[in-house]
Amino acid sequence: MHEETPVIVACPNGPLLVRGDVPIENPDGTPVQKNRRTVALCRCGASVLKPWCDGSHKIIGFRTDLDHGDVPQ
Amino acid sequence: MRLPRVRGPVSAALLDTLTSAPEQRDDALAGLDVVAREVIGASEDLARDDDLQLTLFCLYELHYSGFDGVDDALEWEPGLIAVRTAIERAWEAQLRAAIPLPERPALEADAVAETLFALAAADDGPSLSRYVAKKATREQLDEYLIQRSISQLKEADPQTWAIPRLTGRAKAGLIEVQADEYGNGRLERMHSQLYARTMRGAGLIDEYGAYIDIVPAVSLASANLMSFFGLNRRLRGASAGHLAMFEMTSSIPNRMYGNGFRRHGFGEDVTWYFDEHVEADAVHEQIAARDLAGGLVESEPQLLDDVLFGAASVLVVDGWVGLHILDCWQNGRTSLRAPVATAA
Ligand code: FES
Repeated sequence: MHEETPVIVACPNGPLLVRGDVPIENPDGTPVQKNRRTVALCRCGASVLKPWCDGSHKIIGFRTDLDHGDVPQ
Repeated sequence: MRLPRVRGPVSAALLDTLTSAPEQRDDALAGLDVVAREVIGASEDLARDDDLQLTLFCLYELHYSGFDGVDDALEWEPGLIAVRTAIERAWEAQLRAAIPLPERPALEADAVAETLFALAAADDGPSLSRYVAKKATREQLDEYLIQRSISQLKEADPQTWAIPRLTGRAKAGLIEVQADEYGNGRLERMHSQLYARTMRGAGLIDEYGAYIDIVPAVSLASANLMSFFGLNRRLRGASAGHLAMFEMTSSIPNRMYGNGFRRHGFGEDVTWYFDEHVEADAVHEQIAARDLAGGLVESEPQLLDDVLFGAASVLVVDGWVGLHILDCWQNGRTSLRAPVATAA
């Protein structure tokens, strides 16, 4: 059977969208339970559901298009 | 579902038609047509017109689960489709006039998504979710569940109509979202089932349509809007835009709704629905904004304005619902048409 290559979409100003069969683990190697096929990993740091995104990036005005040292307006 | 109680001359004529014997149906239809056109012509605010929104709701329901004791073949009765179209035309004109569109983005998926996210962020409508989180009484929680039951017990169904009308990236995006809405084939994870579970946990009846008679026009309008977009192929852009905006305005409010139920001591059986939406819709909003809405604009650029219209309509129409409920609660009234105890 054809193996699907997982894809990660870096969403502008938002999470990393993970499509495909990628196991997500805790540092001790135990699996983080995935409740859906495609998941969104928080990359803004503000989610209270980490590692998943919970939409908090919108509240903190997270931007992915700023250079280092820039601060959001 | 069971047939609702009438709310005026048009819904009365419709119920007459739906329950008439076949040999009397033509007369009933002719009567319905006359009264519907009169009332539509005189209605200044269709979103708050109980008689017309209930009529529209029933006409759409013929395409979903139908009514107990009503002939399924009436779904495609030309006279009923004509009345539905007449109400839809008048309502669409009012909606188009009432809903401002954002500035058009470039015809690229990411630009469309960015415009939609900016539109959602700029929404300064009243926050029903904040009120529910902090202040709602136990009875108001019931009201809130009942208000939404009319759409959430068939959550995702109106958007499914759009699937065969889309192609390519937009279609793949819609299916990815819808599959998740339907629990990826697992009944106990299907969102409509989670909502039913929440209603049971709160001591309410989880049968679809059980509370139809006490749900006000404006909440029917919010549900009808999705069916309107979903059942008209020409409005597939609006359907896509609506779903995208719905998902984009869901994660954070659902966390607050869940908090409101936790504040009243409810456990996971009741809050699961809300907690699931926090996580799921943070995924869905990305897919719906980029692949569904954005992908659709890339493949059918002429649909851009409808995508924006559908997206903006969520903020406006669901904003009316929130305003209505908050206004009633802040003035010590029920937001329903009658107390819960009188229903079902
Ligand atoms: S990226 Fe969405 S909450 Fe952090």
